[in-house]
Amino acid sequence: MSVETLEYTAKDFSSDQEVKWCPGCGDYAILKAVQKAMPLIGRKKEDIVFVSGIGCSSRFPYYMDTYGFHSIHGRAPAIATGVKLANPNLSVWQITGDGDALAIGGNHFIHLIRRNVSINVLLFNNRIYGLTKGQFSPTTNLGQSTKSSPQGTIDNPFNPGELVLGANGHFFARATDTNAKALTAILVEAEKHQGASIVEILQNCVIFNKDIFSNYTAKDVKLDNQLHVEHGQPMIFGSNSDKGLKLNGFKLEIVTIGEDGITEDDILVHDAHEEDSTLHNMLVKLQMPVVTGIIRSFQEDSFEIRMKKQVEEVEKNSPFKSVNDLLESGETWEIK
Amino acid sequence: MGTTAINEVDKVVIKFAGDSGDGMQLTGTQFTGTSALLGNDIATFPDYPAEIRAPQGTVAGVSGFQVHIGQAHIHTPGDNPDVLVAMNAAALKANLRDVAKGKTIIVDTDNFKRKDWEKAGFAEDPLSSGELREYHVIEAPMTALTKTALEGLGLDNKSIVRSKNMFALGMVYWMFSRPLEYTERFLKGKFGKKPEVLAGNIKALKAGFNYADTIEAFSSASAVLPADMAPGLYKNVMGNEATAWGFLAAAEKSGKELFLGSYPITPATDILQELAKHRHFGAKVFQAEDEIAGITSAIGAAFAGDLAITTTSGPGLALKGEALGLAVMTELPLVVVDVQRGGPSTGLPTKTEQSDLMQALYGRNGESPVVVVAAKSPADCFSMAFRAAKIALEHMTPVLLLTDGYVANGSQPWKIQHTEDLDDITPHEADKSMQNWQPYERDTASLARYWAYPGQEGYEHRIGGLEKDELTGNVSYTPENHEKMTHVREEKVQRVANYIPELEVDGAQEGDLLVVGWGGTYGSLLTAINQCAAQNKKVGLAHFSYIKPLPKNTAEVFGKYKKILVAELNQGQLVKYLRGELPQFTYQQFNKTQGLPFRVVELAHAINKTLEEK
Repeated sequence: MSVETLEYTAKDFSSDQEVKWCPGCGDYAILKAVQKAMPLIGRKKEDIVFVSGIGCSSRFPYYMDTYGFHSIHGRAPAIATGVKLANPNLSVWQITGDGDALAIGGNHFIHLIRRNVSINVLLFNNRIYGLTKGQFSPTTNLGQSTKSSPQGTIDNPFNPGELVLGANGHFFARATDTNAKALTAILVEAEKHQGASIVEILQNCVIFNKDIFSNYTAKDVKLDNQLHVEHGQPMIFGSNSDKGLKLNGFKLEIVTIGEDGITEDDILVHDAHEEDSTLHNMLVKLQMPVVTGIIRSFQEDSFEIRMKKQVEEVEKNSPFKSVNDLLESGETWEIK
Repeated sequence: MGTTAINEVDKVVIKFAGDSGDGMQLTGTQFTGTSALLGNDIATFPDYPAEIRAPQGTVAGVSGFQVHIGQAHIHTPGDNPDVLVAMNAAALKANLRDVAKGKTIIVDTDNFKRKDWEKAGFAEDPLSSGELREYHVIEAPMTALTKTALEGLGLDNKSIVRSKNMFALGMVYWMFSRPLEYTERFLKGKFGKKPEVLAGNIKALKAGFNYADTIEAFSSASAVLPADMAPGLYKNVMGNEATAWGFLAAAEKSGKELFLGSYPITPATDILQELAKHRHFGAKVFQAEDEIAGITSAIGAAFAGDLAITTTSGPGLALKGEALGLAVMTELPLVVVDVQRGGPSTGLPTKTEQSDLMQALYGRNGESPVVVVAAKSPADCFSMAFRAAKIALEHMTPVLLLTDGYVANGSQPWKIQHTEDLDDITPHEADKSMQNWQPYERDTASLARYWAYPGQEGYEHRIGGLEKDELTGNVSYTPENHEKMTHVREEKVQRVANYIPELEVDGAQEGDLLVVGWGGTYGSLLTAINQCAAQNKKVGLAHFSYIKPLPKNTAEVFGKYKKILVAELNQGQLVKYLRGELPQFTYQQFNKTQGLPFRVVELAHAINKTLEEK
């Protein structure tokens, strides 16, 4: 880390472009949190790339004074993969939404995760299509009435966390647009993690899906309805910090410390680094409280590291030092 | 070698045909390799079913490999075989119509039992019905002879029967006075770890060779003299292989790392596989989850400063269309290879066609110009892959390279082009001397923008698929800007014409008829017009390697002939394009869509007909 890097402030990452999201959109808070995280990741500005697809959130790269690529619908994971493989030294960030990542780009999303390329994916989940003005998305609640489902949706929604873990995701975190401090901290950890880091951000679309997450994020309920997990800490929540999670058979049970003989020692301690994702999967599925924080962070060699090792190994053992060596290899004959 | 008089001929066409599990592709490539080392000029054409193993003994399951060897310059795999090796009745059925009367047919009689010829669709036994009366038929019980020869080696029956292709190859080697060493060396490399299989194959090869010698059945036993080729170091190349090598050479010459994003598709997969072998050059070969990820990962790599390539065939190009538009809008260097096959839809995956030209030129939303080039022969794939990469990197544009199943899988001797003899490639990059670099600032001559990529300090910028301001690259919805940018993108591609070779004509430089072609039909067209020249007809051939933009002298060339005949393996795509680009000329057309290359004889017929018409 150079001295220069340490001198960045959030403002250094703000581009000259006017931000054009709707007033009150959750994206503003996320942009601020990302700009705050940038000076903390210890990377030079020219080594940072933001890649996006299509959707409201995908305008994000224009507002960052880094390298940026606003691409086409759903394809950002593949573009980001190309960027990272071309130059593994880069810090690559993908900005996406629930439609971009989980509908049109679902295939690229799961394969990015499966391959485990070191890309930080910020999945802005507002459970609605914003840019096309209010159709349901793959995360819209079952039965919700939208512009394209006036009688209510009949599609079962995805839970992004389940999808990530199902694709053998090694890093999954959940954050909200209302807690910028927690989000910034998660982003720094996502960058540190080697491999694909997926951060689902519950984001409020003030125009088409207003307050869809307020049951989790409103001031008066958030302590009771959100469980923020930290690796190595007991999973305790609640306005009185007296509620916690306990395993009852194959299910998670919400218990109250001090009732039925439950003490703090009975509460599960969060292990994000565990290779077996069974418990992580239970945490991502929990509806009430909703679990935020870094739910899973299991590390092994990422795709680009494996590729680099393979290339180095092949180069070391190859008889070919130049293309001419290759062209002259095999059966050749001379005509005089 | 026996005492049979050796009849020297200047060229010969041999077709090996059998069940798709009979090893005919291997047999054909072995004959090719041996003949290449003898100094013959060669052209090959593998012809195999799309199914991996179609039902045994049926016409649908027949796999063939045609090789044309000769002393004269060989430009095609030949219209009709002089020798057909038919390993079973179905192979005979599938190929008989291509063999002229009086030519030689070698059959494995062990696969001509009643059930065999019935399955192949013969009404009666073709070997006894008189149907082959006018051919020179050599009947050899190859399977039985192979079994006898391999007795006592401890091989199971399946392995023994599998070796019968080597018996057939041995026979043909004797027939054309080929040495066995090349194939023996190959077998040692392939079966080095299975000594009994190696021994079996070599024994079968020799048994076939000796059997042919013993029966002296071949009145036409022939030695094909070496070709009269330019001095130099040669090797035999397949088109897809040459394409891969051309890109490796371009990466080395440009100082760029090579990135390939690709999804397997017939008949383009060999390029992916060939490059995957060559990671020692730092080639980053990424097998993507689909065609779209193939091109978009390449676009990402281009944005980050690599020589980026994606390879596909027609259906894949359709899937890549939207992303190719993104590369046009962001003006990034990218090479897309389309190894064409018969279409539409899945079409004829293993057969050749030139029917993706319109898709290459226009198959995207919006005004979306790209450079379109084509390779004319297996060896030319090397040159055109190299040139496509050079244009992409120097002009900051996507380049579409069209090859086809015929040149991709065909092979020919290639005079090795060493990298020091290739043109330099200078990627169009931003440099420190530029004051206040802007993402869409352009070179005034070529109109190429200056490439700057992540990792370079001071060039941080954002690009994307939305319309760009003409200088800053910021999003712009201004009406005048969009119109200006639309013109600039087209003009940039058109100006590539200032940097490519002019159109050259084979045959008559002016006269009665100009035959026009493009891509993989060159060998057939050249052979046809060479025949015309021998008959003193004033026919020239203008064969396009560069289609968009057209070479600058195209109109000048067209103006020197009374008639123009455009010959294509499609329903007339280049001719439509030419009618739009150069409407002052009258074009006639000759088209074929059978999934097969042109035959010289049908081209000669079309040329003569056009010449005769008033």
